[in-house]
Amino acid sequence: MKQFIQDLAEKHNNQEKQLLQILREIQACYHYIPEQAIEQLSGLLPIPRTRIIGVVEFYSFLHLSPRGQYELLISDCLTDHMRGKKKLTAYLAEKLDVAVGAVRKDGLVSLDNTSCTGMCDQGPAGMVNGYALTRLDRARIDRIADLINRREPLAAWPADLFYVDDSIAKPGLLLKQPIVQGAALRSAFKRGLKATLAEIDQSGLRGRGGAGFKTAMKWAFCAGEAQSERYVVCNADEGEPGTFKDRVLLNSFAHQVFEGMTLCAAIVGARQGFLYLRGEYLHLYEYLQEILHQRRQAGLLGTNILREELDFDIDIHLGAGAYICGEESALIESLEGKAGIPRNRPPYPVTHGYLGKPTVVNNVETFFAASAIAVNGADWFAQVGTEKSAGTKILSISGDCARPGIYEYAFGTTIQTVLNDCGATDVLGVQIGGPSGTFISSQEFDRKLAFEDLATGGSVIIFNESRNIFDIVHNFTHFFAHESCGFCTPCRVGTSLLKKQVDKIYEGHGSAGDVAALEELGQLIRVYSHCGLGQTAANPVLTTLERYPELYQNKLKKISYEPGFDLDGALDIARRLAQRDDAAAHLSQVGDHD
Amino acid sequence: MTKTITIDGKTIPFEEGQTIMEAAAAAGVYIPHLCHHPEYAPHGSCKLCSVTVNGRSCTACTFPALEGQEILNDTKELNDSRRRITQMLFVEGNHLCPGCEKSGNCQLQAVGYYLNMLDNHFLHFFQPRELDASHPDVLVDRNRCIFCTLCVRASHRDGKDVFAISGRGINKRLIFNSESGLLKDTDLDVNDQAAHICPTGAILIKRTGFTVPIGERLFDDKTIAETSLDYERGDHDG
Repeated sequence: MKQFIQDLAEKHNNQEKQLLQILREIQACYHYIPEQAIEQLSGLLPIPRTRIIGVVEFYSFLHLSPRGQYELLISDCLTDHMRGKKKLTAYLAEKLDVAVGAVRKDGLVSLDNTSCTGMCDQGPAGMVNGYALTRLDRARIDRIADLINRREPLAAWPADLFYVDDSIAKPGLLLKQPIVQGAALRSAFKRGLKATLAEIDQSGLRGRGGAGFKTAMKWAFCAGEAQSERYVVCNADEGEPGTFKDRVLLNSFAHQVFEGMTLCAAIVGARQGFLYLRGEYLHLYEYLQEILHQRRQAGLLGTNILREELDFDIDIHLGAGAYICGEESALIESLEGKAGIPRNRPPYPVTHGYLGKPTVVNNVETFFAASAIAVNGADWFAQVGTEKSAGTKILSISGDCARPGIYEYAFGTTIQTVLNDCGATDVLGVQIGGPSGTFISSQEFDRKLAFEDLATGGSVIIFNESRNIFDIVHNFTHFFAHESCGFCTPCRVGTSLLKKQVDKIYEGHGSAGDVAALEELGQLIRVYSHCGLGQTAANPVLTTLERYPELYQNKLKKISYEPGFDLDGALDIARRLAQRDDAAAHLSQVGDHD
Repeated sequence: MTKTITIDGKTIPFEEGQTIMEAAAAAGVYIPHLCHHPEYAPHGSCKLCSVTVNGRSCTACTFPALEGQEILNDTKELNDSRRRITQMLFVEGNHLCPGCEKSGNCQLQAVGYYLNMLDNHFLHFFQPRELDASHPDVLVDRNRCIFCTLCVRASHRDGKDVFAISGRGINKRLIFNSESGLLKDTDLDVNDQAAHICPTGAILIKRTGFTVPIGERLFDDKTIAETSLDYERGDHDG
């Protein structure tokens, strides 16, 4: 192990900022981060060991105690649940003789849940040693269990288990006309970089991550900073449950995305870029490295790009299972090898970003669109969409519909059009923008996709009449409590309190006042949290409460007070100890007469 | 001309580079806080110092004072919210004021009094948290840790990095920089600033318990608003 760690650290130039990447490789090799490795790394980098432990304990894919040689994770996204994830996981656990959250006695396999893996159009999904598994069913689980029990190396597993479909169902302006490699850079140099920035400004392109900041303005701010060392970062940490468009863009249009980053680098004057790829998309890593290699060979990346004296290269950094790293300042912290805790703002990344230097962070789709605008011009883009939301939006559609997948629409399109196209019928409601977005009911399907109406990073989850609102709220609320980084009080404590309060009502223990308490708590978390995660964590509760207040009230018991726990359930341990289970060993809640 | 902000309608001067908290303290306006300490870089995590700046919620300890800001601080709405946030800290850990040596000197308790906190409001988590009594001079009771990171920041300045916060979300925990993970095997010395900076009773000095009797303690005569302003305006000795 000693040699392995030493070589690994050397490969990363013993740099502290590479810590997360180093730990990922140790986890992949040993299936945990051994104490010995921590001690050795703290000497080599050199950093306090507590820094290393802090990072290990922050990311879901890193562990201080051994996992199985086959680390199985099953996606806990609501869309996976809608496709029978729970029963399948139980079946898998039985087949492999391992409990969820545990390691099998022989150490061969471990099984656990994980947050949405971005395979919502082809779930239930999972991962084995970080590699995506799709379309899980009993037959595939039988095969997986068999491969594991035979100790078949992952490399020898049949490729169809790992097959990830791009399922582009409805291409639009951008997806129909991918650019020719190098075309955006050539156009930009021909037109002039300043004129190209003006073109992007004129196109009205706004950030596609959901917040909608004007792209040209961000680039201009960064370019205007006095610091000469600048960075370009592509945010491919799409962790919002229900989103998978960046995965598809990176798999089918990687050249165009990297070209957008290079274009940005030329305009702002950056020499180094990063693609922050979420750990769940490990399967794309080698492929994307190959694309980068091809671009260097073609003179589109590296030194003296297109003989225009532009030097720029791109590194790929992998995440390790933390939704919060999609927040741009948390993502930068993660790039620096730290726990992904959002920074205080101001200062903003555009002035103090990666290593404190001016940094542009944009979504995959933003870079993708920017390169198309550089080729086709501002008008081509701006003629589509609404006045405030120019161009198109790429949606990831999943849930109850005949044709889940990737759809591209002009901004201004109504939700009803989207539902018609993907074959959704008997629709109860739609979650726009994932759990952090908005739940809209069937009364609102004439609302439009646009920054001025329904702003979205692209997640669209459809629910038909057979679904239960509380299942949705329950899943999403648990998700946020799990993903809170824990930095600030309102989010760290508040999301867990919200989870408890939702559970209380969900499980039928709610009484008068509990819904009001739920709303008060939700507002508190929304207003006072440090970053977008906390500020939106109560959205599932607040947006459904607004639309279905009677549904919440009907869940309440008709008594004035109900304790926050199940009294009879709490006596279970006592009953087991006393080895009795007669009627007198049970208690009902006081006042519970119905 | 001096630049000014207003806090609750009162005009307050500030210097370029000051945070809202610093400008307020200099002008004798108390903004409740726990993770903020005037001698350390602001952290902005406890959120007690949340104020409303031109209609938007901001932490006063991190947000720069800028010309013309209209700030709300001592309002019912903000103090109600701060009380809720304080209650969150109380139910997250295991705080038993009557039996705690820090009682009367504890900033968390004093803020609770200042905000008229009469109960815990939320459900208790009752999380099991470890106590470390291994060090000859210093006791750490994680039950009372509120993750303000003051000990982390102080120990970094001491050049020792004894303390760190690990974990994520509600599972955060205070850890120590030693191979055994125990406090006795760290470089911590009883005279380190880090051993004395805890705003709650999570880090206590051994053999000093109750040498100052209840009734003669820091917050027995003065509210936290008074002591805090005294300190921050430099009226403290040393």
